[in-house]
Amino acid sequence: MSSIGTGYDLSVTTFSPDGRVFQIEYAAKAVDNSGTVVGIKCKDGIVIGVEKLIASKMMLPGSNRRIHSVHRHSGMGVAGLAADGRQIVARAKSEAHNYESTYGEPIPIKELAERVASYVHLCTLYWWLRPFGSGVILGGYDRDGPQLYMVEPSGVSYRYFGAAIGKGRQAAKTEIEKLKLSDMTCRQGVIEVAKIIYGVHDEAKDKTFELEMSWVCDESNRQHQKVPEALLEEAKAAAKAALEEMDAD
Amino acid sequence: MDRDATADVNAPHSMGTTIIGVTYNGGVILGADSRTSTGLYVANRASDKITQLTDNVYICRSGSAADSQIVSDYVRYFLHQHTIQLGQPATVKVAANLVRLLSYNNKNMLQTGIIVGGWDKYEGGKIYGIPLGGTILEQPFAIGGSGSSYLYGFFDQAWKEGMTKDEAEQLVVKAVSLAIARDGASGGVVRTVTINNEGVTRNFYPGDQLPLWHEEVEAHNSLLDILNASSPEPMST
Repeated sequence: MSSIGTGYDLSVTTFSPDGRVFQIEYAAKAVDNSGTVVGIKCKDGIVIGVEKLIASKMMLPGSNRRIHSVHRHSGMGVAGLAADGRQIVARAKSEAHNYESTYGEPIPIKELAERVASYVHLCTLYWWLRPFGSGVILGGYDRDGPQLYMVEPSGVSYRYFGAAIGKGRQAAKTEIEKLKLSDMTCRQGVIEVAKIIYGVHDEAKDKTFELEMSWVCDESNRQHQKVPEALLEEAKAAAKAALEEMDAD
Repeated sequence: MDRDATADVNAPHSMGTTIIGVTYNGGVILGADSRTSTGLYVANRASDKITQLTDNVYICRSGSAADSQIVSDYVRYFLHQHTIQLGQPATVKVAANLVRLLSYNNKNMLQTGIIVGGWDKYEGGKIYGIPLGGTILEQPFAIGGSGSSYLYGFFDQAWKEGMTKDEAEQLVVKAVSLAIARDGASGGVVRTVTINNEGVTRNFYPGDQLPLWHEEVEAHNSLLDILNASSPEPMST
């Protein structure tokens, strides 16, 4: 869907005759062209995985992280313009910190998602600001259980069982729908997410990628952290094996 | 502490007070006396020191009446907004923290000790004590006000974990009445508020129905009543 909004797309404060704000749609394109980010909600927590496309062979593995901790109990995977994503994360961290300072308890994930969405939306209201060129998948575990939210550049935020943004999102969503998430633990979920990301990565079109994953679940003591080394390797191995099985057909 | 024998009616209203909050198996009970004094004059002998913040959170106020009222008004307002934002009732912990922030940040100007008590679906019944400087302390029971000095030893002996609702209520009423007996700045009636998953219940214990403690004498009718008495004997016992 590439329609050009000639004339009505110069400013984020301009509507087109058919009621669209083109600048926001263009911002979403920046997200669509980035590496895939996948998030799922398992019965005991959240798993987030990122297909981190490597721009240069000289980059150290583990650098340019795309998943960030927002608070002890929550984290975000960002897609789209990296610098924009960093701003969103910074704002989320700030909101979480201020909430806890004022109310004396960790910020409920629903509240955090609303505040982040509100902030992203703010930047679509004024001509002297541009919209964020990044979307985030926010996962956290609070006293109401594990929750997964996605915030798009337009400022909309919904709660999901499974979400994907970026290049391979269509294929990823199809794969997620096949999973029985309510029966799955995060340990199993990590393997599945790895398989999905390896599956949607387009060898022909894209450069190599690094798999980055994090979780927040009962096993991690409800803290958001990188998936442990051992489990990550196990997941990568399982994903590569699954790919080969497919290729062998 | 030399005060004029005459009442200084222009002195700020203060609640000498005895306030108590206890947790029991399933909720909390807040209790208080009802005396508000202006110097030596009792400005209100039946005041209600247990104030509502939300459907599920109440506070006991002590110290300056004005200060504690303004703090509770602000916190009620903030909690209302918070409830709307969150989409569900505020927790007792949040209410207590809001009280604490006001007490701590304005410690130079305020003189009020507050006990926050309530019930929420995550933690059940909880009591938080927030004394003068703005410390916040979560406790199984809390006592405050001038009358509480006489209750520390009593609670050390009488407090038990996991009491029933009736046991806890009896404990609170007994404690307030003991404090009223010894503390001049506490008196009047005993009011209690019980908060649990079923809701909120208020109780009232008139001062003349409270038990008598050591050296307290029974109330008797005013000797002035003989002026209207039909009996010819002016001074029957």
